[in-house]
Amino acid sequence: MKYQSQRVAYAYFLAAMGLFGIQVLGGLLLGWIYVSPNTLSEVLPFNIVRMIHTNALIVWLLLGFFGAAYYLVPEESEREIFSVKLAYIQLAILVVGTLGAVGSYLVGIHGGREFLEQPLWVKFGILVAAVIFLVNVSLTFLAGRKTAITNILMMGLWLLCLLWVFAFINPDNLSLDKMYWWMVVHLWVEATWELVMAAILGFLMLKLTGVDREVIEKWLYVIVATALFSGILGTGHHFYWIGTPGYWQWIGSIFSTFEVVPFFAMMSFAFVMVWKGRKNHPNKAALLWSLGSSTVAFFGAGVWGFLHTLHGVNFYTHGTQITAAHGHLAFYGAYVALNLAMFSYAMPLLRNRAPYNQVLNMASFWLMTGGMAFMTFTLTFAGTIQTHMQRIVGDYYMDVQDQLGLFYLMRFGSGVAVVLGALLFIYSMLVVRREVVKPGPVAVPGE
Amino acid sequence: MSELLTKSRARNVFYGGSIFFVVVFVALTAQSHRHIVDKATAGMPLTEEVRLGKHVWERHSCINCHTLHGEGAYFAPEVGNVMTRWGAQDDPELAYEILDGWMKAQPSGIEGRRQMPHFEITEEEMRALAEFLRWADQTDTQNWPPNDAG
Repeated sequence: MKYQSQRVAYAYFLAAMGLFGIQVLGGLLLGWIYVSPNTLSEVLPFNIVRMIHTNALIVWLLLGFFGAAYYLVPEESEREIFSVKLAYIQLAILVVGTLGAVGSYLVGIHGGREFLEQPLWVKFGILVAAVIFLVNVSLTFLAGRKTAITNILMMGLWLLCLLWVFAFINPDNLSLDKMYWWMVVHLWVEATWELVMAAILGFLMLKLTGVDREVIEKWLYVIVATALFSGILGTGHHFYWIGTPGYWQWIGSIFSTFEVVPFFAMMSFAFVMVWKGRKNHPNKAALLWSLGSSTVAFFGAGVWGFLHTLHGVNFYTHGTQITAAHGHLAFYGAYVALNLAMFSYAMPLLRNRAPYNQVLNMASFWLMTGGMAFMTFTLTFAGTIQTHMQRIVGDYYMDVQDQLGLFYLMRFGSGVAVVLGALLFIYSMLVVRREVVKPGPVAVPGE
Repeated sequence: MSELLTKSRARNVFYGGSIFFVVVFVALTAQSHRHIVDKATAGMPLTEEVRLGKHVWERHSCINCHTLHGEGAYFAPEVGNVMTRWGAQDDPELAYEILDGWMKAQPSGIEGRRQMPHFEITEEEMRALAEFLRWADQTDTQNWPPNDAG
């Protein structure tokens, strides 16, 4: 930690990990309701738990991004954050808003647009927090050194905050509602968040591998160019069946096929940088999460996205468990794992100590990643059967669901592994104060 | 490649190309907006009752179990074509009666079945919800879903 104000990130990461815990526990409960549907059905119905699961995820990922920005912007700009106080006020607003949203969901007060169910006052709170954030980091950025990493990060964060405006636009016409809803949902996760992801990954590669900045930054511009060139018109893959014109079937199919490219590029980038750098950075856990994030993002967002993105395929798979399979692995690889990479890298530095507890952290990586992969496979099988029975044969929804019980049981099992991994990660970050496995002697060349 | 593609060239391609795609996207979105209003959803008027029905749909967060035009949670059946499935798409009274009867019977309490919660909905709101679902059903969704099963 080179600048005192970077310490703000610590509070953001703590809040993010708290919500991460809530998110995965909510997910586990949902998985159990699939297995045993009468569970809590009168007290805490499925729709309420699902709002908590998805909203907690989105907010903690954003908190992670904001924390990462407060950590890396001072270091890149070579100066303290404009105002530490504003950063804490922003965090307080977000935490109060999130707890307020969860509380009001529990008593049945919520909106009804998926992922944007927050009561209006919470939406305004998020807007205010976003404005504070943009002012705070922009003033830091403008006063200091400008690098490609901060250029791209700032562009991603500005655009994602601006797109939040669409959360307030809810036309009475359902099809218009859906079309503008995607301006937040798609243009966040398949465009602007990718810029944030690329910038954070670039920063981690710079620190962990020691490769020349010039090389990293050129890669970054190429990656984000492919992300936006494919991702903006790739929105079309959500416009096949919601009342939008038929030409989106071709635009969506073609451009969203290219959405695989930035994820392949980010994976290649990470591995090439590690190969070129050959720096023996002591934080192996952060390196594992960085490589793991870009790899799982390629499979979850890239491969599993392509699996059902062509309109001829999507006509049958749309709205089945195939979508759930893709959504889970994509979010985990691209954004969960990337945030955990940043936490793993920054937390030891923020607490001014060596990166202890790496073995537990790396074990949590394999537990979570293995669990998420297994969950994705079971949901993909469930979705394949569902697509065939429901969309091709024409069997009714619940008759089909009754045939999928085994997959939902296995999915619950994989959820247990993910929750254990998440708790282990949080434990290794916050509690353990020494290395559990002693590292071997250094500098013994292999044969 | 390293001489041809310098960092500043890569940056300029990124900025220029992004602006180009944003412009194309905004133009297509504007055209799609008109298409939705004038064609895809023009089969039934967007009445006050349909609007109220949409608010009822949102207030109870139906989307977090059901799908509507394939979007939502995947825990309960598709409702974008439920009125067709019930044979009530052209009969507002029948649409209301089936919906009302179904909603009042929830939760079923049957062991091992997914449970739909009980919702406090007035008659006016229930009629509006039925109209909203009929309105959604008449949307030109490019023939999706493939069959009535949804």
